Amino acid sequence: MAFRMFHCWLTRYRWIWRSSIWSSVLGPICYLGALGFGLGTLVDKHSTASLGGVPYLAFVAPALLATGAMNTAMSEAAYPVFGSIKWNRIYIGALASPLRPADIFRGHLMFMAMRLAMNCAVVIVVMWAFGAIRSAWVVLAYPAAVLTGLAFAAPIAAWAITVKVANAFNYLFRFVMMPLMLFSGTFFPLSQLPAGLRAVAYATPLWHGVALCRAFSLGTGPRDPVGMLGHAAYLAVLAAVGIWAGARTYRRRLYV
Amino acid sequence: MLERPETEVLVRARGLTKKFGSFTAVDGIDFDLYRGEAFGFLGPNGAGKSSTMRMIGCVSPPTSGKLSILGRDPVKDGSAIRARLGVVPQEDTLDVELSVRENLLVYGRYFGLPRRVIKERTAALLEFVQLADRAKSKVDPLSGGLKRRLTIARSLINEPEILILDEPTTGLDPQARHVVWDRLFRLKQRGVTLILTTHYMDEAEQLCDRLVVMDRGRFAAEGSPRDLIARYCSPEVLELRFDPEVHDAAADKLKDFSAERTEVLADRILLYVTDGDDALTAVRASGLEPLTSLVRRGTLEDVFLRLTGRRLED
Repeated sequence: MAFRMFHCWLTRYRWIWRSSIWSSVLGPICYLGALGFGLGTLVDKHSTASLGGVPYLAFVAPALLATGAMNTAMSEAAYPVFGSIKWNRIYIGALASPLRPADIFRGHLMFMAMRLAMNCAVVIVVMWAFGAIRSAWVVLAYPAAVLTGLAFAAPIAAWAITVKVANAFNYLFRFVMMPLMLFSGTFFPLSQLPAGLRAVAYATPLWHGVALCRAFSLGTGPRDPVGMLGHAAYLAVLAAVGIWAGARTYRRRLYV
Repeated sequence: MLERPETEVLVRARGLTKKFGSFTAVDGIDFDLYRGEAFGFLGPNGAGKSSTMRMIGCVSPPTSGKLSILGRDPVKDGSAIRARLGVVPQEDTLDVELSVRENLLVYGRYFGLPRRVIKERTAALLEFVQLADRAKSKVDPLSGGLKRRLTIARSLINEPEILILDEPTTGLDPQARHVVWDRLFRLKQRGVTLILTTHYMDEAEQLCDRLVVMDRGRFAAEGSPRDLIARYCSPEVLELRFDPEVHDAAADKLKDFSAERTEVLADRILLYVTDGDDALTAVRASGLEPLTSLVRRGTLEDVFLRLTGRRLED
């Protein structure tokens, strides 16, 4: 039954896919251009030993892939879920059909997964065009990035359905997304941080996503299969908790 | 006792109660709805009509009491019951970013209908609500009346046995309302059971075989429109309007008047009498001179005033 809900989102997407694709292509081009070429030229003049001896572009690109997945998850899970009750009331309409709250949740999550798969594929193609990929193992960076996105999308959607005032999302953007984006080994290696902060960063989901994507894009991943599995397991658990919680929060919010 | 058709009971409620925290929205109501009838819930805003509708629609679990719909338990079998219901909610839940046809397609898919079936029914339903020529246009620019008709078409995509309508014509202009009434009447003729809430008396009189007047979560009265008028209202009503300066004084004086009942509203005084013209003559003879007067038959609105002590718009 979740597929029936997925079909609804797909039908809606058919009206906007062109503009949506353009914006998802433009984003990574800007970021890779500015950080990879602009900032990267400066960084590469000094020693890149702390980056693992690779050019800054190759270092930062897979992190942007993981961060991009987080941002896609955010934009697909926060306002769209909230709006489906408050604004366009898609959930309310669907609720009068045989669909149950859990179906409505899972169907929407499927669509989020599809958007993640699309956007991550676009980023990888742009990375390739910039010459930022160092290994064929990057094919595993792709599912890793999608998993990173799901680890955010599922819990955010499960929470967004309970939100009463849209303003709450600003706190999420400012106090969760922003610090995660800056301090997850994205733009600089975590070894640059003081030990205390480093421990915090290791506990955050985005760091695990960045570590996975980077290891596969640089080709170092296969040398540390246990570490890779650990990262993936962390993200999978987060996604699973979100999926479990969402079925419950949706029910509580929609059956009143 | 009311005369009831000896047919299948589709909805049965006993002691049905809905509470939100300490607020009791529906306070232990009992009713049976029969196949093929049109049943109306009448009442002021906040009387518990919509809460009752939502419980029948299986999207709101009862706090206590018994409720069975199509012989099943709405909490356990909500999904299966909803497959056989149609719902026209108080506020449209159409997808304004999609076209008219896509709205029906998406909705039909919710019910698991094959595309071919949805296509056939879409054509027939758009014809039925006179929207066939707008099939490809987006929903957003449609007028309120057209949107309502589309909502009705959408609610029929699964060929429901029971159609639940929560204030189906609120906010529509008179022409649009008449179109909606006409379509609902045709559905009833086809054997669809209608359950509706309204605070329009003319709507209730036109559409409902039976109705209940709801107030503060309970039933204040129950019966056919004609029954209720006969039981709770005099044959005629004399409406008097006085100069605001003397309104209160006139009201005082009319209290001793030999009417069945007197209702003092903010702007008018209603006398419930057997013969309105006689009563008017008597009022004039007693020295009161109303600015305007009107003799009319008793209506559901009078029943409503008597039972709830409030005007409908409150």
